[in-house]
Amino acid sequence: MHINSPKFKANVTHALADTRLQKALDFTRPSFAGRRGAAVANLPEFEQLRDIGRDIKNHTLAHLDFYLETWAANVEKAGGHVHWCSTADEARAAVLKICQDAGARTVTKGKSMISEELGINEHLEKHGIAPVETDLGEYILQIRDEGPSHIIAPAFHLNREDWEESFRKVHTDLPADRVFNERRDILTEARTRLREKFLAADVGITGANFLIAETGSSVIVTNEGNGDLTQTLPKVHIALASIEKVVPTLEDATSLLRLLARSATGQDFSVYTTFSTGARRQHDLDGPGEYHVVLIDNGRSNMLGTEFQEMLRCIRCAACMNHCPVYFTVGGHSYGWVYPGPMGSVLTPSLIGVDKAGHLPNASTFCGKCESVCPVKIPLPKLMRHWREREFERHLSPQSSRTNLALWAWFARRPGFYRLATRIGAAILGRLGRRKGRFQWLPFASGWTDGRDLPAPEGETFFARYAREQREKNS
Amino acid sequence: MPNTKPRVALFVTCLVDLHRPSVGFAAIKLLEQAGCHVEVPRAQTCCGQPAYNSGDRATARELCRGLLDAFGGYDYVVVPSGSCGGMLREHMPHLFDDDPNTSARADALAARTYELVSFLTDVMGVKSVDAAYAGTVTYHDSCAGLRELGIKAQPRALLASVDGLKLTELADAEVCCGFGGTFCVKYPEISVRMVSDKTKSIAATGADTLLAGDMGCLLNMAGRLKREGSPVKTRHVAEVLAGITGDLPPIGEGRG
Repeated sequence: MHINSPKFKANVTHALADTRLQKALDFTRPSFAGRRGAAVANLPEFEQLRDIGRDIKNHTLAHLDFYLETWAANVEKAGGHVHWCSTADEARAAVLKICQDAGARTVTKGKSMISEELGINEHLEKHGIAPVETDLGEYILQIRDEGPSHIIAPAFHLNREDWEESFRKVHTDLPADRVFNERRDILTEARTRLREKFLAADVGITGANFLIAETGSSVIVTNEGNGDLTQTLPKVHIALASIEKVVPTLEDATSLLRLLARSATGQDFSVYTTFSTGARRQHDLDGPGEYHVVLIDNGRSNMLGTEFQEMLRCIRCAACMNHCPVYFTVGGHSYGWVYPGPMGSVLTPSLIGVDKAGHLPNASTFCGKCESVCPVKIPLPKLMRHWREREFERHLSPQSSRTNLALWAWFARRPGFYRLATRIGAAILGRLGRRKGRFQWLPFASGWTDGRDLPAPEGETFFARYAREQREKNS
Repeated sequence: MPNTKPRVALFVTCLVDLHRPSVGFAAIKLLEQAGCHVEVPRAQTCCGQPAYNSGDRATARELCRGLLDAFGGYDYVVVPSGSCGGMLREHMPHLFDDDPNTSARADALAARTYELVSFLTDVMGVKSVDAAYAGTVTYHDSCAGLRELGIKAQPRALLASVDGLKLTELADAEVCCGFGGTFCVKYPEISVRMVSDKTKSIAATGADTLLAGDMGCLLNMAGRLKREGSPVKTRHVAEVLAGITGDLPPIGEGRG
């Protein structure tokens, strides 16, 4: 996927001026947080489950090589194939080869963020294979040639009018009087079109929410059932999964599933939770003839053993972005790559480089809401701060802010000078602002005063006044 | 019995020192009313948060080392800010994780440090204050105080004892106001939009006064309210609890 993260500030300006986007954000914001809140309130052991989820993931990451090898051996035992891929290039090549070996012309796809990360669609198209997204949101985004703005609700930034407009653009046989007033109207239209695609596809590609070491299974959760049609109808099923998706046992997976749906959509459980183990056996009624898992590293193993390892606990529930006031101000596209919101602000620099994604960990108030709702307790603000430290060490932060910081630090380390400087500054500003109590403009303060008044200080600093009052008391 | 009084060091914070010294005096008054002996160590400047959150760990550590010296030997350190309090309690000790000689002192200081209002209620057992305020107030829960220090009920409990004061809850009281330290000037467009969401919620309460426990958030919200021409008055919660609002104009309002 094209990287737009370096243009974060321009993306933000654009997003704030986009009235349609702002309407969609305002419309969705309360429901995301509200649904999770209600689901969590209904499960008294939710907080303990978060600890369990964190511990399962920590244990697995500490023994990742063991669990991946166990899982892969069990996949092979069940008649499946594992393709170990270090890089995005290798993963793209592996997917293409499987498709070409199957003689594929059409490939259906379930929603998969790692597919976006790898740019699978572009790669297949370049080689004459037509990928068809079957998740409702991804389907409309494919029509519009847009990336997802959210990791579980990829097209929530669109309004009803946007959907109708896009459908009419490509479904040119639509009668002019066809109405798209309700969600159901949109769904029916997509379902009708997709039904033919499901039946025509040669290969189905899905992601994986979990890989289970003890059984060699992959797990997907969906609410539309499109994932099941994608992975059972075609001759060949390819599951794309990154290395941190593995968990030791079925029981571990079910513990995490209890956290996932509640954190994501506020459901107790997703509508469809599907376990795939190997290819279709002789007496199975359905299922693919071939089952492949393309296992992808693409930078993740570099995070192991670093302060960013905790990020690999992420189960992609989107609770962090669903509760993030910055995300709901700027929308997902502003972040400029696959993963938006707080989890993206930690993961994106790890995967594409902090030199390109440097804005993301800085564009946070560290309000801490994301960490408080994370089902596996990833300390997201702390990890964003670690990125800021890396940027500071590598002199990637802007020179002006480094200079200001150094100047401030010089005074802050010297209480005597600091007292003098603040005393003079407060006195001047206090005098100038005494009548109105605030400034509408001050030199070098446009970052503050463009959108806010700057309240004036009282005039005498605390320490000046305290010293004066102590003297008066003693005399 | 002056000897039994806990010796409390006030950490004034840089924004209170520079911008709103009255909050420091309100804190002293409240602490003394609660039976504390209050001192203000002179060798204090800032908790180091601007450096810490800008990725400059070395400077943050150096400033915190200064605080370890300045605030050693007191029974408690009290801060009229959840953000600076959170820095000292939750973050500062980790700056010395790899320095065993300092680590124990840092842990000890962190354990003795409290945000002002929660110190009054949770440590000193204060149940009510002797203050009056005629008006309807609403309260914004600043992020660090709320999520790092668990401050939510304490200010409301004390505000309930203020004569004439009526509290009306703010929708989204727990949503960040968009201040975020240097964030507010590094990403002003986002910050201003966030604080505008906040001022909308404030207006919807119908309250005439906005209170919070952190100067950063207060300057941000007051600045936006005034830019919008709002009549809502903004004050630090300590000003109301200490009953010093009489001759102190609200934040961002003048004397003439």
